[in-house]
Order: sequence, then C-alpha cells, then structure tokens
Amino acid sequence: MSKALTTLLLALLGSLRDLLPIILVILFFQFAVLKQPLPDVGQILLGVVFVVLGLTFFIHGLEQGLFPIGESMATSFARKGSLFWLIAFAFALGFGTTVAEPALIAVAAEAAAVAAEGGMIESSESAREDYASGLRYTVAFSVGLAIVIGVIRILRGWPVQWLIIGGYVLVVIMTMFAPREIIGIAYDSGGVTTSTITVPLVTALGVGLASSIRGRNPMIDGFGLIAFASLTPMIFVMAYGMLI
Amino acid sequence: MDILNAIWTTTLATVNDVLPIAAIIFGFQFAVLRQKPANLRAILFGFVWVLVGLSLFLLGLEWCLFPLGRLMAEQLTDPVFIQSTLDAGETAADIAWDNYYWVYIFAFMIGFSTTIAEPSLIAVAIKANQVSAGTIGVWGLRLAVALGVAVGISLGCYRIVVGDPIHWYIISGYVLVVLQTMIAPKMIIPLAYDSGGVTTSTVTVPLVAALGLGLSETVPGRNPLIDGFGLIAFASLFPIISVMTYAQLSELRAGMARRRRMKARSSA
Repeated sequence: MSKALTTLLLALLGSLRDLLPIILVILFFQFAVLKQPLPDVGQILLGVVFVVLGLTFFIHGLEQGLFPIGESMATSFARKGSLFWLIAFAFALGFGTTVAEPALIAVAAEAAAVAAEGGMIESSESAREDYASGLRYTVAFSVGLAIVIGVIRILRGWPVQWLIIGGYVLVVIMTMFAPREIIGIAYDSGGVTTSTITVPLVTALGVGLASSIRGRNPMIDGFGLIAFASLTPMIFVMAYGMLI
Repeated sequence: MDILNAIWTTTLATVNDVLPIAAIIFGFQFAVLRQKPANLRAILFGFVWVLVGLSLFLLGLEWCLFPLGRLMAEQLTDPVFIQSTLDAGETAADIAWDNYYWVYIFAFMIGFSTTIAEPSLIAVAIKANQVSAGTIGVWGLRLAVALGVAVGISLGCYRIVVGDPIHWYIISGYVLVVLQTMIAPKMIIPLAYDSGGVTTSTVTVPLVAALGLGLSETVPGRNPLIDGFGLIAFASLFPIISVMTYAQLSELRAGMARRRRMKARSSA
C-alpha cells in the first residue's frame, strides 16, 4: 500500500512540475508587467489543485486504458487480416471523434460568421447554421479519410514524407484559389481537430499496427497518423469555402 | 452550489466527448473482433480515470488559468497599455510593431508553458520514448515541441501586428520543412510531423485564441474575423521544424562523441 502511495505522490509531483511554468508565467505577468493583484486567490488555488489531480489521473488512465486498448485492437485487426474492417474502424475513429469535438464546433460557428460578413452566404441564422454544420461534417469526414490513408500507408510501408509533402503542395495550390476570408480558418482547423483523447488512441493504434506487421518499424511507420489528421482538414475546409 | 453546478456541467461535457470514442472502440471490439481484451477490467478502469482526470483538469483550468490568461491577453493588447510603452514625446501615431514587445514575450512564454502541460503531448512523448527504446527522451521531445510552439506563436503575433498575409509565412514554413526532411534522420520524420498536430489541444487553444482575437481588435486596420485566426496554424507548423532540429542536433552530438572516442582509441 505504501508503495502505491509513493507512486501516486511521485505522479502528483510530476504533474505539478508540468504546470509550474504556466503558473510562473501568469504570476510574472500579473505582478511584474501588469502590476495588479491576483483576483480571488482561494478559487485559483483550488483550480490549481484540480488541474494537478486531473493531469495525474488522466496520465494514469492513459497507461491503464487508452494505450492498451489501442494496441490490443491494432494487433487483433492485424491478426484477423480483414482490410475492410480495419479501414471501417479507422474511418469511424477519425469521423466519430472529430464530429463532436467542441473546438471544432466553435471554429465552425466562427467560420460561418466570417462567411456571412464576406457575403458568401446569407446573413440569416439558418444559413449560418447550415454552413457551420456542413463545415463540421466536412472536417470530420476529412479526418476519417486521413486516418484511413494513414493506416493504408502503414500497411504498405510508404514513406510518410511524400504523402505529407504532396498534401502541402495541394494546400499551397488551393490557397491561391480559395477565398481570402477562409484561409486563416482553414489553416487553424488542422490544429484543432485532434483532441486529447484521440491523440493517445490514434498513436497507440499506429504503433500497435506497425509493431504487428512484419517488416514495419514502429518508429518510422507507426507515427504519422496525427500528421495526416491535421493536414486533410486544411484542404477540405478550403475546398468547402471554394464550393459554397 | 455554483461549484457543484460547474463540476456537473464539465463532467457531462467530458462524458459527451468520451462516449462516441468508447462506443466505437467497444462496438468494434465486441461486434467485429469478437473477443474480450485480456485485461478488460483494467482498461475499463483506465477509461474511468481518463474521464475523471480530464474533467478535473478542464474544470481547474476554467477556474484559474483561463480567466487570468484571457484577462492578461486583453490587458496586454489594450491600446492604453501599448501606449504606455511609448517614449516621451511620441504620440499614438508613432506606435510601431516593436511597441508590442510585451505581447511577443507573453506569446512566447505562454506558448512554451502551455505546451509543457499539454496532456496529448505527454502521451505522444511517453509512446515515442517506449518505441525508440529510450533514444528519444520524453523531456527532450517536450522541450523541443514547446520551443517550436513558443517561436510560432510569437511570430504569429508579429504577423497580426504588421498585417502580412498569413499564407506567405505558412508556405515558407512548408518549404523549410521539406528541405529539412531531406537531411533530418529518417527515424524522427513521422514523429516530427505528428508533433505539429498534438501541440494544440485543451490547454493551448483557448489562451492563444484569446491572444489573437485581442491583438487583432487593438491593432488599427485589422479585422478580428480575418486576422484573429492563424495563430494555431503557426503553433502547429513550428514544432515540426524544432523537433527535426532537435533530432539533427542529437545526431550531431552523438557523431562528435563517437569521433572523439575513435580518436582517443587510435591515439592510445
């Protein structure tokens, strides 16, 4: 029991160390630059305690739950040998985790506001909502597609850089033709799609898949799924902006 | 009562986040793979830990760090604060890009420190460390990524202040990534590309978005709807460059150590 307690204590200290930089930056700017007192010290301290506990629990759950299930599923799929179901799973994982992502919902709503201001769509409530939900499904589809492409890449052992560089070239070409208002949002959408729960799962899936296929190196072939998931939304959002 | 209410809403939101993922995972596990994972109990408990941990984490951030961070972003980009950095005798018309120096410093420091605390980056760093059998250090990777985000966000703020079009920056970044890909160690390339996407999730996005929005509202001639975006894009591009640089530097150092050893051996 005392061993478990020590582990927990060490983990808590680790989380505290991870958060220390943010706390220092905020204190420094509050006192040295803006020269203002801290509002509501009690609530802030409670918040810090929550963040430290939360980070510790999350990482524990990561190692107990998310990593093992991702890897065990990757091995099972490799053993089953059904390409169809593996691809269906990859798409479902990408699409399902993105479509409900709060950051994406926020970005889609802002994009609709931009489009309405730019005169691309009518400035009515329903037109904006249609635009935002269309954009959300577009991005979710593109993330699903990205994971599928990434999984096929792992199976075939293609080098990741050619696909990514090809994607960059596509982004650059589309930037020239896309409406100017949509470009910033499109570039941002690549970063917001991959949530805290998706990243560990997708990473474990890729690494697990690469370890269970003969001739693949988990380091070279296992990583790269997230890179696809942050590239395709840029392309699809610009395409969406061009078509509508 | 307020606190209980907040706990309830945040937990509900996290459950909403986790539920579709859990449904997909367990749906495929039982309907398609049709087998029980070896340690189902531990895995289910792991999911509960993730749920509880993420809720507490988000709740704590929402209580202490986000309001303060947002307030700071607003105050640092406030015209009154910017004018206080002017020398005597200068007027508001003399504000140039270098009067925003506190904004750049804040952007750098907040980018760095939020990335260090980013849970998904910790996850990827743990995995990379395991897979590379320790060659890639957890801290080495995290520091490299954090430095990349810090530089990216400060540069992004500079772009908003001077008003350059975003695509020239991003496209030059791409060119740099492509060139670096040719000479970087092969092993790091996929991980470097991945680190662009993992940096920007729960902690970084809300603070950085507030900074971009505040800045584009303050600087004359900027439209928050158009210029407020783009900081995230900078934060996902620069870590790719910094992680590859980190790998190149470690390789260089290992090579130098090897040469020194060989020299020592041949002279002995």
